[in-house]
Amino acid sequence: MNPQLEIQTIAILVAISCSLSGVFLILRQMAMMADAISHTILLGIVLAFFVIQDLSSPLLIIGAAIMGTITVFLVETINKTKLVNEDAAIGLIFPFLFSLGIILVTLYAGSIHLDVDAVLLGELAFAPFNRLIINGVDIGPKSLYIMLVILILNILYIALFYKELKLSTFDIGLAATLGFSPVFIHYSLMSLVSITSVAAFDAVGAILVLAFMVGPPTIAYLVTDNLTKMIWLSVLFGIISAISGYWVATWFDVTIAGTMATMVGILFAIVFIFIPERGLIATMHSKKEQKYEFALISLLMHIINHQGTPREIEELGIDTIKNHLYWEEKFTEEIIDRVLDKNYAYIEDNILKISEEGKKFALSNYYHIVDLD
Amino acid sequence: MALSELFTDYTLRTVALGSIFLGIVSGTLGTYAVLRKQSLIGDMVSHAALPGICLSFLIIGSKNTEWLLLGAFLAGWIATIIINIIHTHSKIKYDSALGTVLAVFFGFGLVLLTYIQKIPNANQAGLENFLFGQVSTILQRDVIFMGIVAVFTILPVILFWKEFKLLSFDHDFAAIIGFSTNKLDLLLTTLMVIAVIAGLQSVGVVLMSAMLIAPAVSARQWTDKLSVMIVLSSIFGAVSGVVGTLISSSIPKMPTGPIIVVVVTIIAFISMLFAPNRGLIWKKVRDYYNKKELSTHMVLNNLYILAKNHEDPFHPHDLETICLYNNGLRLSKRMMKKELNKLKISGLAKEYEEGNWAITPEGFKKMEEIHFEGGGDME
Repeated sequence: MNPQLEIQTIAILVAISCSLSGVFLILRQMAMMADAISHTILLGIVLAFFVIQDLSSPLLIIGAAIMGTITVFLVETINKTKLVNEDAAIGLIFPFLFSLGIILVTLYAGSIHLDVDAVLLGELAFAPFNRLIINGVDIGPKSLYIMLVILILNILYIALFYKELKLSTFDIGLAATLGFSPVFIHYSLMSLVSITSVAAFDAVGAILVLAFMVGPPTIAYLVTDNLTKMIWLSVLFGIISAISGYWVATWFDVTIAGTMATMVGILFAIVFIFIPERGLIATMHSKKEQKYEFALISLLMHIINHQGTPREIEELGIDTIKNHLYWEEKFTEEIIDRVLDKNYAYIEDNILKISEEGKKFALSNYYHIVDLD
Repeated sequence: MALSELFTDYTLRTVALGSIFLGIVSGTLGTYAVLRKQSLIGDMVSHAALPGICLSFLIIGSKNTEWLLLGAFLAGWIATIIINIIHTHSKIKYDSALGTVLAVFFGFGLVLLTYIQKIPNANQAGLENFLFGQVSTILQRDVIFMGIVAVFTILPVILFWKEFKLLSFDHDFAAIIGFSTNKLDLLLTTLMVIAVIAGLQSVGVVLMSAMLIAPAVSARQWTDKLSVMIVLSSIFGAVSGVVGTLISSSIPKMPTGPIIVVVVTIIAFISMLFAPNRGLIWKKVRDYYNKKELSTHMVLNNLYILAKNHEDPFHPHDLETICLYNNGLRLSKRMMKKELNKLKISGLAKEYEEGNWAITPEGFKKMEEIHFEGGGDME
């Protein structure tokens, strides 16, 4: 494999692993826990380094993953006291653990090279330099194999506990009543998130981990209400951002991880704005339509109420009606135009009169709203 | 490191003064962030500022602090607006929107940063340090800047005091009685973004999110009043800034920002443990006393039920009989005797020979009152 292909394969593996666990993370409204974990694993790496004294040891990943789970535990503990909100609990714990990590690095590890920036920012372009060599044979980049293991772990976990995950995510009370342990699912899922972030983070940096964990599932959440579809779609969106990000980054010769995160954002923006029925344009349009529809019915009801009364000329006169509807002049004109267009009303002696059709339409809607019969 | 050096040592005084201003600004706006469940907005804004810093550098071509800050502010502000739009116009939850926008903005910032690093311009070195900040490099002009920011963020909070208060505690009610909540929301969020960006440059991303949350969380434990909470939160922020600075200047190599975070978090932990009324230890003690009082009342209730069921209400009964009516309260005989003795001391029960007990007229009257107040009678 050439380095280009290797980088893309690693990126795709990261994208799929992160999207898989990310789906459950965002459904449980714990997206920011991924951000917290991606910071606190620094302390885990530092502490593990003090014990192992070897910066290239895979045991560091385990240390970091344990710290991720400890983070979740601490946040949960603070949550349980009910003294602070969940978001504040996260925001209290992760800067604290992260700061402890930095203090330890600067005080005791000044001589070793543990660059905080490099840990946080990461660079996918360097991933192929770190090779896995077995019996003197170079079989590919190390992170490729690590991510492959992580991906298999993710798939296995979700396949094995799919039912439990689904149940405890959507109805925690029912899950507990039926005898599944929501606590077990919670901690096993968070450990998985933690292990996935650490491994991915080693390959691509913290920010891309967060982007892949939260981004693709959020986009998929916009598109569908079905969990299975959401999982497949978020994997798909993850892969699209990974590959397009790689090529854009090579084109402009900029950071690969950062570009992939940017692609997640662009993909999100496109889906968010343009998707039919739920997109920004569609909802704005339907909100506007509702507003017009409501105004139209209000106008017809206004005519029904005043038609044939002594104040008819004042209340329904073309020039004076706007004083009684309390709408903006332009809006009033537009609504009157619509009413005339649809033949719901007509003008006679400069007075608005309702047609049979309009009466039927308005009253059917009226009964529909107030439910009288 | 003596405290007096705080007033004589120039650098230390500058840093301390800067921390005090920072504490006031972040303490005040952090209070609103925590109350409105937007605690992580600080973390988001401080990350989202990166593309703004880079773009502003690309346009201006130099590391002029004011312009970089303006860029950072605009980027952070746009990010919060985007999050609001996502949150109000789709079913996406607030935290997912926050996480996505944070990662995407920061990722894009990194793209710009790597792009800048390639253009031959000697000026660009250290641009990223702007984001990671260093408290010990606070200069006098930073202090003046922080002071100005403090005035311009605190003033609107005072002017819009009742509006912001209503907005934080009952958003729907504020909208119903006719406040334009959208504009007020925008103003408050803008002030938060200003506070974060102003602190960012001197203290860095992680410290800034801690400075917004921890002092407010600490203050929340000591009071239920918004004004007191804001004052306390500012004090906690300022104190941890000064204490952190002192610690870092007395221990060689100790980084200032992280030690401030540690101090401010410890203050939060202490508050959560020891604050009166809300604190965990306080709660434990109160629970203990409540439980004790409750079990004494239950035993008196047992005597009362026995009294009601006998012709002679003050006929003594032995311990076994009294224990029969356990009311879900499983007291051992020894404990029961202890409770009875307590009742005896307060004159509500009387001990007869052979360990038999009965309620006294006072005890009977008291139980009648309790049952009457409770609206029921245990026949």
